[in-house]
Amino acid sequence: MSNHRILNTRTPRVDAADKATGKALYTDDLKRPCLLTGAILHSPLAHARILNIDTSRAEKLSGVRAVVTHREAGTTPYGVSPARYDETVFCHDKVRYVGDEIAAVAAIDLDTALEATSLIKVDFEELPTVLDGRTAMDEGQPQLHEMYKNNICAQVHWHFGDIEKGRHESHLIRTDRLSSKMQDAAFLEPQSILAETSSSGNLTMWSSTQAPHYIQRTLAMALNIPLHKVRVIKPAVGGGFGPKASCSSAELATCLLAIKTGQPVKLTFDREQVFLHSRARHQFFHTMTTGVKKDGSLAFLEHECVLDGGAYASFGIATIYYSGSLLGGPYRLKNMKYDGHRVVTNKPACGAQRGHGAVIARALFEVQLDRIAEELGMDPIELRLKNVMEAGETTCNELFVSSFGMREALEAVRDSAAWKKKRSSGGKTRRDGKGIGAACGFFVSGAGYPIYRSRTYHCTVVTKVDEVGGGVTVSSGAADIGQGSDTVLAMITAEELGLSLDEVRVLSGDSSLSVDLGAYSSRTTLMTGHACREAALDVKKQILEAVAGMLEIPSETLDLRDGQVVSLAGELDFSKIRKEYLQEHKGFSDLPDAPQLTFAEASRIAFLELGTIIGTGKYRPPPLGGSFKGAKVGTSPAFGCSAQIAEVTVDLKTGEITVGHITGAHDCGYAINVTQVEGQMQGSMMMGMGEALMEQIIYDNKGRIVNANLAEYKIPTALDMPHLDAIIIESNEPSGPYGAKEVGEGAIMPVIPSILNAIYDATGVRIDELPVTPERLIAALRSKNDKREADA
Amino acid sequence: MKKIVSVTVNGVLHELAVEPRRTLLELLRENLGLTGTKKGCGIGDCGTCTVLLDGVATFSCLTLAIQADGCSVETVEGLARDGKLSRLQQAFVDHGAIQCGFCSPGMLMTATELLRRSNNPNEQDIRRAISGNLCRCTGYQKIVEAIKAASEDTL
Repeated sequence: MSNHRILNTRTPRVDAADKATGKALYTDDLKRPCLLTGAILHSPLAHARILNIDTSRAEKLSGVRAVVTHREAGTTPYGVSPARYDETVFCHDKVRYVGDEIAAVAAIDLDTALEATSLIKVDFEELPTVLDGRTAMDEGQPQLHEMYKNNICAQVHWHFGDIEKGRHESHLIRTDRLSSKMQDAAFLEPQSILAETSSSGNLTMWSSTQAPHYIQRTLAMALNIPLHKVRVIKPAVGGGFGPKASCSSAELATCLLAIKTGQPVKLTFDREQVFLHSRARHQFFHTMTTGVKKDGSLAFLEHECVLDGGAYASFGIATIYYSGSLLGGPYRLKNMKYDGHRVVTNKPACGAQRGHGAVIARALFEVQLDRIAEELGMDPIELRLKNVMEAGETTCNELFVSSFGMREALEAVRDSAAWKKKRSSGGKTRRDGKGIGAACGFFVSGAGYPIYRSRTYHCTVVTKVDEVGGGVTVSSGAADIGQGSDTVLAMITAEELGLSLDEVRVLSGDSSLSVDLGAYSSRTTLMTGHACREAALDVKKQILEAVAGMLEIPSETLDLRDGQVVSLAGELDFSKIRKEYLQEHKGFSDLPDAPQLTFAEASRIAFLELGTIIGTGKYRPPPLGGSFKGAKVGTSPAFGCSAQIAEVTVDLKTGEITVGHITGAHDCGYAINVTQVEGQMQGSMMMGMGEALMEQIIYDNKGRIVNANLAEYKIPTALDMPHLDAIIIESNEPSGPYGAKEVGEGAIMPVIPSILNAIYDATGVRIDELPVTPERLIAALRSKNDKREADA
Repeated sequence: MKKIVSVTVNGVLHELAVEPRRTLLELLRENLGLTGTKKGCGIGDCGTCTVLLDGVATFSCLTLAIQADGCSVETVEGLARDGKLSRLQQAFVDHGAIQCGFCSPGMLMTATELLRRSNNPNEQDIRRAISGNLCRCTGYQKIVEAIKAASEDTL
């Protein structure tokens, strides 16, 4: 369907060879002269008042260069949402979770730095803890923060349409619940930071981050340094999935140590610290009441949710909004009420993680639709098809879907997975341990507004043509964290300039290159893609105008294709403007000899005529969303949607669940890189499957994580994962570049519920607590059998 | 007290004085500057530090440097020859088996060992071989496809 030369193909990533050979440098691979090593002192207690911090013994240890606490760092509050700045670089009055940062040390090596942290003496007054999100709001509970009365960090109360009217229209009403556990993003690269200062006071920080721009702002604000003196560089990043989008105490502390010592300092988390720092998936407690009419069309949804967010707000304000707003689609739903509370507890702070805020809500809603379908005697996919939105519709919470391949996605998975054949006749489940389940999802393609209130452009791109001619360099602040955005930018630029990927270099992930809000909310392809295309077209216009000027013809009659300038108005004689280039390159062996002017010649001529050729591009979404409180969260220039079918086998004696196959279809608008779109879908399936079946942070009664490692916090291995079929749906999004929109997060939405629905199909039992471990499933199977025997 | 370790890494013999408690991973990354081998956990859970020790896929974070004395070590930096990627590396690139790339070095070493001892591994053989190497980006699908393609030499 594509008439593009490079877009919509399976192009190898531009960084793949470096990553395959070990040449790609991640932050912990970087070295600087006189490099010191940093270490952090974490709180051993979940909730305590700090009475005194004595660093004297640590300071005296040989090899220690600096010890910093709140006394050096100050107590400027920071965080993610300006309305909830509730963190400081180091704790000063209280510690609020096991892992909270108290002090940091820079020393000549890691052993010395760790020894020094152990020599810091902290006197605590232990305080009672809040460890259960469900009771955190109750009267009489210990309070974590003065600013959060009753431990409520944020609350949302929405009512769209009229749910009472919906209730009256309903033929069937169900109430169901689903809860989850806190989860870890389990990216393979632990956070690492390297900071150094110049003699003129410029601070440079290399960090394993998803959002150089936000981090730059936070460093400047919290450390009180002018913004222009702070530069944040993102080297290769080994996965982020959300938690690396927020500025961390470790980043601030490392910068502070570099400032204090005047030497570069590197600090790398060990795996336990990754878990302690968290900022990953919240714990969700959802209750939903849904009504449908006789024909299965949705009448209303009443949704209550409590999020346990751990000790600080982090991204949690957005999380609590997303939990409600993203149920507005992909179905026609006129009446929706949502009451959400995000509470703070004495556990590591939660933040954004793939499918931000919406995955567990989506899971419950899709399970509930299955239960409704069963009660109505309808096929679950038919029920969904009856309700899906179409392009051009607006949700009850004022989200406009300009393209929407939901119906196509559902039909694609239904047909590809042979749903009708595998699902036993008439919807009666076999309950023989083999099951199949379906679900849908809905997600933003880039947040409509930045985290701080501003009409800032969300991204800018600067594309510069080599003055010597031949190549171009794309400069962008966008963060390639493994999802492949550098490759997308290279492909777009090559497409527009008629070049090969070899002739395009991408510099990215550096706050000094351009403004880009970063890799979160599945925004980069749509937003930075727009800016990148605009920059390339700007370059193209300048080059063609320069060439056309020399030929004394209109520039509209020229184009750049396949590395050449081509004439759209009959043959042209380029020989007279080629002479100078040939003279300049006497002795070179690769001189052009074809009749057409090469891009190298054209770009050199343009430089000689006009000076340096620089193209710029920018993007910010149009004003989006309604006027109600919180209407901005959940808005996006476009929405992705997806459908999935999971097939499982359950050992009815042990409760062991084997996922045999997942078939997913995702509407990404237009696949810029087919391989990468599939890769995002398959990665989403893996993360969702882990969350459905095995992933959970386990705390003891002191708020300590007991499984802070990748053996006991289980993520799927290659043996756990089934064959994954990824079907791409292209709906040609009007507001996306070339029709493209998101895939990175939307594809995780249907994974959990499709597996839960398949487990029910296989066993006849529903589990309302995630993950569905064999223990939970076997307990449910036993109680069902006991009930059956009692009934008999 | 430091001990002298004599180890051949990617065909080059090194003699190094290392403390007995240092790991092979530290020797590679810190003493030799071979940062292609990654540290994802340091305790043998993730497989990102996998190297070949006398041809056997080994977690370098759980191996002391002195245990490698007299041994031959292969790391990801040694897979390409004369600037040309190995068949397996090329398959990883072509099949989209690499996303963030942090598991790739260890994954490539494990798969290199597999393809040396098994001519035609089936999908289950491949999954079993790499089951000690975690990947959080790909769902393993394209990694399995890449290894299969390299084994069939259908690049």
